[in-house]
Amino acid sequence: MSRKAVLEVRELETTFFSDSGKVAAVDRISFSIHEGEILAIVGESGCGKSVTSLSIMGLVPSPPGKITNGSILLNGKDISKFSDKQMRKIRGNEIAMIFQEPMTSLNPLFTIGNQLIEAVRIHHPKWSKKESTARAIEIMKLVGLPRAEQLINDYPHQLSGGMRQRVMIAMALVCNPKVLIADEPTTALDVTIQAQILKLMRDLNERLNTAVLLITHDLGVVAETCERVIVMYAGQIVEEAPVNEIFKNPQHPYTKGLIQSVPDMRYKKDTLYSIPGNVPKPGSILEGCRFAARCEYAFERCLTSNPPLYDASGAHRARCFLLDMEEGGISHVESAAES
Amino acid sequence: MSKVLLKVDHLKKYFPIRQGMFARHVGDVKAVDDVSFELYEGETLGIVGESGCGKSTTGRAIMRLHEPTEGKVLFDGIELTDLNNEQMRKVRRDIQMVFQDPYASLNPRHTVEKILEEPLIVHGIGNAKERKNKVREYLEIVGLSSYHAKRYPHQFSGGQRQRIGIARALMTNPKLIIADEPVSALDVSIQAQVLNLMQRLQDDLKLTYIFIAHDLGVVRHISDRVGVMYLGRLVEIAESELLYHEPLHPYTQALLSAVPVPDPVFEREQLLLKGDIPSPSNPPTGCTFHTRCPHAMEKCKQVIPMLQQVKSGHSVACHLYEAPQ
Repeated sequence: MSRKAVLEVRELETTFFSDSGKVAAVDRISFSIHEGEILAIVGESGCGKSVTSLSIMGLVPSPPGKITNGSILLNGKDISKFSDKQMRKIRGNEIAMIFQEPMTSLNPLFTIGNQLIEAVRIHHPKWSKKESTARAIEIMKLVGLPRAEQLINDYPHQLSGGMRQRVMIAMALVCNPKVLIADEPTTALDVTIQAQILKLMRDLNERLNTAVLLITHDLGVVAETCERVIVMYAGQIVEEAPVNEIFKNPQHPYTKGLIQSVPDMRYKKDTLYSIPGNVPKPGSILEGCRFAARCEYAFERCLTSNPPLYDASGAHRARCFLLDMEEGGISHVESAAES
Repeated sequence: MSKVLLKVDHLKKYFPIRQGMFARHVGDVKAVDDVSFELYEGETLGIVGESGCGKSTTGRAIMRLHEPTEGKVLFDGIELTDLNNEQMRKVRRDIQMVFQDPYASLNPRHTVEKILEEPLIVHGIGNAKERKNKVREYLEIVGLSSYHAKRYPHQFSGGQRQRIGIARALMTNPKLIIADEPVSALDVSIQAQVLNLMQRLQDDLKLTYIFIAHDLGVVRHISDRVGVMYLGRLVEIAESELLYHEPLHPYTQALLSAVPVPDPVFEREQLLLKGDIPSPSNPPTGCTFHTRCPHAMEKCKQVIPMLQQVKSGHSVACHLYEAPQ
C-alpha cells in the first residue's frame, strides 16, 4: 500500500490508576491508518477498543486515566504530547469522533442548527452567521438529511435515532477532518437504519477521502465496511489483517472462535461454537498469553510468556506462538486442529 | 403434528394517550394490534422486528404483565384472559420469563440462593431443605457451581448473570419460557454459550420457547418457526427455513437484506428502505408498511391485509399474495 499514513499509533499504553493498583487498559499497541482507508477495531467489551479511540482524541478522563507510553502521530506531529489548548484545535478540525448513542451526545436544549452552527463557528470564528448557517445546511444535505432548512430549527428529541446519528456525522464532518473515529456508530440503531448509516459512511469515505477508524463488536459490520481489521483482546492487538484475510484465514485462535460463534443468518448450524470461559478482568493476567486460559491450542510456553506479533503473510500479523517457526509454524495450527 | 400449547387470538394491547387537565383520552399507541398465532409443544418460535414493533409487548401481554386490551390467550386449555389475579399467579408457574438485561433483572441485595428460591416460595413448592437442594441442582444445570449460591449478582459476569436469570425461570418447572432479548446484552463469545445452554435445556427439559430478539442471525439459529412484526402487527410467520430462504413480505425481504453478513466476499443486493418507522400512535392507514414499501399499490393505502396462509407452513399479510378476485 503506497498510500500515506495519516495517523500512526506507536506503542501506545493507557493506564488507569486506582486505589487497588494500576491497570493498562491499552497495552502497547501500534497501528497506522492510511488516507481514505476504513480500518476496523473489533473486540468484546473491556478489550480496550474504546480507550484506544479516547486516547487518540485526548479524551481519556484524567485522573484516573493517563497515556503512560508511546506516541500518536497525526501527519507526523505527536499529538499525545499536545496541551489541552493545542488539542482543541485538532479536535473537530483534523480528527473528529462520533459516538454510540446519538441522543446523549446532542444537547437536548438547543436546536440541531444551533449545535451545528456552533461547531462551524468554533473552527471558523471569522465567518458571519449567514455563512455558517449556509455551511451547516450544506453539510446536512451531504449526510442525506431531508428538509435541511426546516430541520435546522428542530430539537434533537424531534428526530429519530437514525436522523440523530446523521446529525452527529454532519457535525463531525463540518471541518473536513482527515480522520473520523466512529465508536460503535450503529450499535443503538435498528438493522434497516444501520444499513442506511453504514452506506452513508462508505459513500462519504469515498467522496471526501476521509480515513475512518471504525470501532465495533459486530463482525458483520466489519465485513461490510472495512478494508483492514485489527482484533483486540484484553488490551492488546492479537491480530491484524486485510478484511478478506481475516475471515478466510484467521490465524489467532481467538479470532477463529469469534468468527465461529456468530450465528450466520444464511444457514443453520446445529450447535454454535463457543469460546469457553469469560473475558479476563483488565489487569488480572500478568504472565503468558492473555488468551491462554480459554484457548484450546494452548501449550506450556503460552502460560509463561506473552507471544509477540508474528508475521503470517504480507500484511497479516497475529500474536500467537503457533505462528513461531521454531514451534513448527503454521503447520502446527493444522495438526493441532486435527487432533 | 404436536399439540398446540399456546394459542394467541386477535391479541391487542393499546396504551392510551391522555392529554390536558382532565387527562382526556386523545388516542392510543397501538403497541400490539391484532396478533394471532399458535405455538406447538416443544418448539421455539422466534419473534423478530425492530424497536417499537411490539414484540416485547406481545410477550408481556401473554403473561398478562400488560393487561391485553382485546383478544384471547389460550394456554394449555386455559383461557388466560378470563382468570383473576390469583388464578393467573398460579398459571405463571407454567409460564416463565427470561429478561434482556441481566444487570437490572436480578435484585442486587439478594444472594443468588434467595433469588432462585423466591419462585419456589411464591408457589409453595417444597420445604426449606428441598428448596435449597433444588437451588444447587439448578445452578449446576445452567453451568454454574453450587458454591455460587451464597454470592451476590455483582460478583458475576454478564453471561453468568444471564445463566442465573435462566435458572430462576426454570425453578418452577415451567412448560413455556418467554425469553425477551436474552442474549442481546452479551458479547458474541458469551452469547454463543448462552444460546447453546438454552438449546440443551430445551432438549433435556422438553421446554417450549418464545424467543423475542432483534438479531436475525440469533433467531434463525434457535428457532423452528419465526414471526416478523412491524408496527404492532404480525406481517409474516413461517418455518424458519422457509422464511430465511424465501421471505415473502417486502418488509421481511428488506430486513433480511439489511443484516450485515460476516463474510466480506459475500455479494448480495441490498434493499435499502427509505425513511424511518412511523409512530405507532399514528400508524399509516391500510397496510402500515405502505409508506416504505417498494411495491405499494393504491389498495395498500386503504385496506389492511390479513395474515393468510399462502403455502404450507408459511403465512403472510400482504396484498401482493392475495388470490385474484
